[in-house]
Amino acid sequence: MYDSSRHNPTHGPIGAMSARAVLSSELGPKGSSRIGTLRSDGPLVLRKSNPKGPEPLAHRRPDVARVALAAGTAGPLGGDDYALDVLVGAGSTLVLQEVSAMLVLPGLGGAGSHMAISVTVEAGATFIWLAEPIIAAHRCNHRHDVRIALAPDARMILREEMLLGRHGEAAGDFASRLRVTRGGAALYDQQINFGPGSDGWGGAAVLGKNRAVGSVIAVDPDWSDAVPAALPYDTNAALTPLAGPGVAIGAVAPHSLSLRHLLTRGINELGPPWAI
Amino acid sequence: MERQAALLLLADGRLPAGGYAHSGGLEPAVTAGFVADMAGLEKFLIGRAETTGLIAAAFAATACARAAADDLSDLETLAVELDARTPSPELRKVSRDLGRQLRRAMSSIHPHPFFAALGTAPHQPIVMGVAAAVLGLGPRDAALAILHENNSGAAAAAAKLMRVDPFDVHAILARMTTRLDALAGRAAVAAEGAPADLPSPGAPLSDIAAEHHRRRDVRLFAS
Repeated sequence: MYDSSRHNPTHGPIGAMSARAVLSSELGPKGSSRIGTLRSDGPLVLRKSNPKGPEPLAHRRPDVARVALAAGTAGPLGGDDYALDVLVGAGSTLVLQEVSAMLVLPGLGGAGSHMAISVTVEAGATFIWLAEPIIAAHRCNHRHDVRIALAPDARMILREEMLLGRHGEAAGDFASRLRVTRGGAALYDQQINFGPGSDGWGGAAVLGKNRAVGSVIAVDPDWSDAVPAALPYDTNAALTPLAGPGVAIGAVAPHSLSLRHLLTRGINELGPPWAI
Repeated sequence: MERQAALLLLADGRLPAGGYAHSGGLEPAVTAGFVADMAGLEKFLIGRAETTGLIAAAFAATACARAAADDLSDLETLAVELDARTPSPELRKVSRDLGRQLRRAMSSIHPHPFFAALGTAPHQPIVMGVAAAVLGLGPRDAALAILHENNSGAAAAAAKLMRVDPFDVHAILARMTTRLDALAGRAAVAAEGAPADLPSPGAPLSDIAAEHHRRRDVRLFAS
């Protein structure tokens, strides 16, 4: 059971939570992937799961490890500091699912919240993570930091979606960074900032009047010779090849549902085995 | 003595380095109907300065600091890091086209062995940083030069793309001077850290619009 008095009692505002969950997968003796470590911590609850719906790369495959991340409490709230460490062991395939969207809320006294997700994908391994939206509620102050370190022959697909406040609500301060490296070299590094504390994001160079922004990053070593060609498939979405064997699908939209449609269209443009 | 005239030379839009052929993403934004008036133009320019502008400034400042220390060993890493911060292949190409032209201009105007070491298609901010160092300028100057060049280039394009009063456009540029100074300061601080930690604020609509623009038959500007 989570003991909130145990974590960093001398740090942060009263009631703030600090949590570190750990997840790993490994290749079993019969060639199936299995869960190695599954350590939940308070608000970050990890559970074995079944397929939630169509999955790129792993559709209907019984030999992959599937884990769902669920929220054990509301939040993160201002002052909270969450960390999730993921290791996708050599040759294994891990599907990380999320049970629901993450609503980022303000805390007492306006302190900032922070969530750091670090993923290492080892040689020959595959990581599939179609995250649910992060909603930056009014007056939140949140930093989200996702770092993915891929082995040169690792494969990956991940989706991130961010919503500028709940329905009819102005967004709080939000900064999210996604950095993907391959063999130690940078492949993709983008930060999205919005909220009253940042400038310019409402202009036509960044998000315009849109209330939802997201991306899908797919990396496949088989693309080393030929990355899929650039394809601007909607006024508000484009599939773009990166400088290495990966693609970024970027989209903005007026709301969550239209963003999800645009990103799914982008994934499907990649064809099998990515299409869902 | 502080080198001010060299900074003016480097940031001058009349430097024959090809910048006039680009609208900094304004033409695609106007074509798509996203920028229709002066308020929209100002928001567009601020958003650009705070995202791709800050990235360019940080990379120029870092390249300048390294070149000033006679150490070009990080330049390849900087190119990889800048590629990673530029999801649009069209914008990576524009950056390298402008870099190639700036390198050619500078190696003719003010020859220095560093310009040959940059390779055939270096990114524009990296050339700007090296050029600033060669002219005796510092990282903050390099950042300011590229921020000003990119911002005034896009603003100048507004006169050709929209019905605008040029005084109104320059009023926006005047209001943005404090912002550009602050961004240059942030870029210079970032230049003291590792290339992996340089800022990476994205501009999704710019990336998407650049890919649409490349495919358009009728356009005034290359980007």
